[in-house]
Amino acid sequence: MRRLLFYFSIAASLFAQLPGKRPFDAQCTPCHGIGGAGGRGPNLSVLRRAKTDEALRELIHKGIPGTEMPKGWMLSEKELRDVTAYVRSLGNVAPERVSGDALRGREAYIRDGCASCHVVGGEGQAYGPELTEIGSRRSPAYLREALEKPGAAVPEGFLMVRAVPVAGKAVEGIRVNEDSFTIQLLDSARRFHSFRKMDLAKLEKLIQTSPMPPHRGADVDDLIAYLISLRGAP
Amino acid sequence: MRIAAFFLLLATLLPAQVTYERLRAGELERGNWLTYSGNYAGHRFSPLTEMTPANAPAIHAIWAYQSHNPGEVETSPVVVDGVMYITEPPSTVVALDVATGRPLWRWERPMPPDLKTIGFGRWNRGVAVLGDMVYVGTLDSKLAALDARSGALRWEVPVADPNLGHCITAAPLAIGGKIIVGIAGGEAGIRGFIDAYDAKTGKRLWRFWTIPGPGEPGNKSWAGDSWQHGGAPTWLTGTYDPELNLIYWGTGNPGPDFNDDERAGDNLYSCSLAALDADTGKLRWHFQFTPHDMHDWDSTQIPVLAQATVRGTKRKVVALANRNAFYYLLDRATGEFLLGTPFAKQTWAKGLNDKGRPIVIPGTDATEQGVLVWPSLQGATNWFSPSYDAAAQRFYLSVREMSAYYFKSDAHYKPLGFFAGGGERVLDGDKAWGALSGIFACNRHHGRACWQRREGWSSAVQTKVTSMPLTLRTGNRSGNFKRAARSAPIRWPSLTAAGNAWRLPPLV
Repeated sequence: MRRLLFYFSIAASLFAQLPGKRPFDAQCTPCHGIGGAGGRGPNLSVLRRAKTDEALRELIHKGIPGTEMPKGWMLSEKELRDVTAYVRSLGNVAPERVSGDALRGREAYIRDGCASCHVVGGEGQAYGPELTEIGSRRSPAYLREALEKPGAAVPEGFLMVRAVPVAGKAVEGIRVNEDSFTIQLLDSARRFHSFRKMDLAKLEKLIQTSPMPPHRGADVDDLIAYLISLRGAP
Repeated sequence: MRIAAFFLLLATLLPAQVTYERLRAGELERGNWLTYSGNYAGHRFSPLTEMTPANAPAIHAIWAYQSHNPGEVETSPVVVDGVMYITEPPSTVVALDVATGRPLWRWERPMPPDLKTIGFGRWNRGVAVLGDMVYVGTLDSKLAALDARSGALRWEVPVADPNLGHCITAAPLAIGGKIIVGIAGGEAGIRGFIDAYDAKTGKRLWRFWTIPGPGEPGNKSWAGDSWQHGGAPTWLTGTYDPELNLIYWGTGNPGPDFNDDERAGDNLYSCSLAALDADTGKLRWHFQFTPHDMHDWDSTQIPVLAQATVRGTKRKVVALANRNAFYYLLDRATGEFLLGTPFAKQTWAKGLNDKGRPIVIPGTDATEQGVLVWPSLQGATNWFSPSYDAAAQRFYLSVREMSAYYFKSDAHYKPLGFFAGGGERVLDGDKAWGALSGIFACNRHHGRACWQRREGWSSAVQTKVTSMPLTLRTGNRSGNFKRAARSAPIRWPSLTAAGNAWRLPPLV
């Protein structure tokens, strides 16, 4: 009888976890990885932005403005509750280890001139993504890919395009905005360009292209350690 | 030659920076609008000549931008080299492509859910630009510096405690290396101030308290401890004379607004214009328009800097059309009163004495039964900017002729309480909202109207002068954009902005 109760309680706890796992697997794993282990999105072992269940539910429901975390509008009220409970249960997922040295990584960051295109804590110039909280947004594996093969890990909002006007010089830059009739770019000199598409002879989307030079060698581990240490304001 | 080529290359590669030198000459740049008032002198004047009375009827919208946030929009757009920076309620900054209206970036900071604005709405009136940064004051009283190309936060510093009713609604003013900031919260019993911050680091460089502390000159103009919660906020952007290195900034009403039981005295420096040394924040001079104000007539209106011949002498002057219905001319270097004349109906003062001090008509202070006084609490003019055409020496302002019953009630200070000690009730019927408002032009500094155009009531008529004889206005409660011309109205299809009451000044 006691054994039966034990199995029953195990089954009940598994069952209790399952409802949120399904919608999580379908909607959240592409960024947060299986079981919240991290990837393009952060590892979910520490929920820095959601101290309470209510805050977590709100965050899943409304997304995080200014980040790639979208609104969970597709989740029903029940799914929202279930996913919240499931994400809360992921607290024991171990974060991926990093082997590099964050201090050396910081030196490499300065030496390589990363601050000419990235902002950390208000320092640097904004052309590429801001890195102030990058350690709480990306996994080490994702950062490795982004450093070694920047074109393979272009984040949302940083598509490179080349616009060739019918008259005038071609402009290459990051797409800032685009609709059916117009497109706006920011070039590497940090100048905005605005085109009406009817004035363009050609508009190329340079998919899997990044203006960032690839990194190799020992620096990469150290840079990853430095970037992972950037977790923004507490 | 090679060096020259290098510098030429460098010049084409560097993004355009908004240097202090460019700001000093802001009115000369075609197609740009670099400061809140267009130039340091507060002229809100456009040098463009493309728009004329002849072609105005053909003007039509080429793009529209829909604010993401509901509420009243009071931003004064700033335009730099093809990018327009606007703010949306509560403190969101958006960079728009001028050619298409498409957003380039937006910066939004969530406000504390329990944030209170006491005596005003969740407004923001715009940004300042300097170098490659955009500066904005937030409703929860922080000053933020953003990267002009991406909106990335460079730094953010607390200016004051929002839990005591401080808010920032005014656009900051950028001068050489400094960002000047004013504060709102007069009805919350704050003690007003004007701050300067290092444009690069956000470090506070100086603070001028608009209410002097114990032992300082002027503190005795407040009975007892009333100075501590006396208001005198600084919620509109001031102007700047680079030659005299003086900042001109208006101050708000004393608190509690309608109950003076505890605040006997002139209540310095409320309802005043303060001229501050830009390097130190020290008061060079002040002029108090309404000593011991009893009607909530803030004197935060834009101080317009001009040259004028007064009684045969050419002088640098500052002109200000006050909420109390008088137009003033002061000497810019000394604060000497030169001229003062009413520009709208007023029933509270017999006139001004030779020092510019009002001769108050007895029995016009708020009472428990209510006292009918012109102008109303909203004032004969208010936050909406005037314009100044330097060539024609004409001062344009939006005027409202309204009266109100002023009531007095109890006033007890408590943090985040409404510390007004009364209020107003406007007249019923056609003498109240609606009948009498419009744009007036004052002739050659003497404050006499040379023309006026009366329109239906509009909550915030804005003027801005183009170099052609066109005066533009925007904004009524339904969000319609309209325009008024000097002589006769020109038919121009209204643009309606859905969802927001747009109360921003037009740009040309």
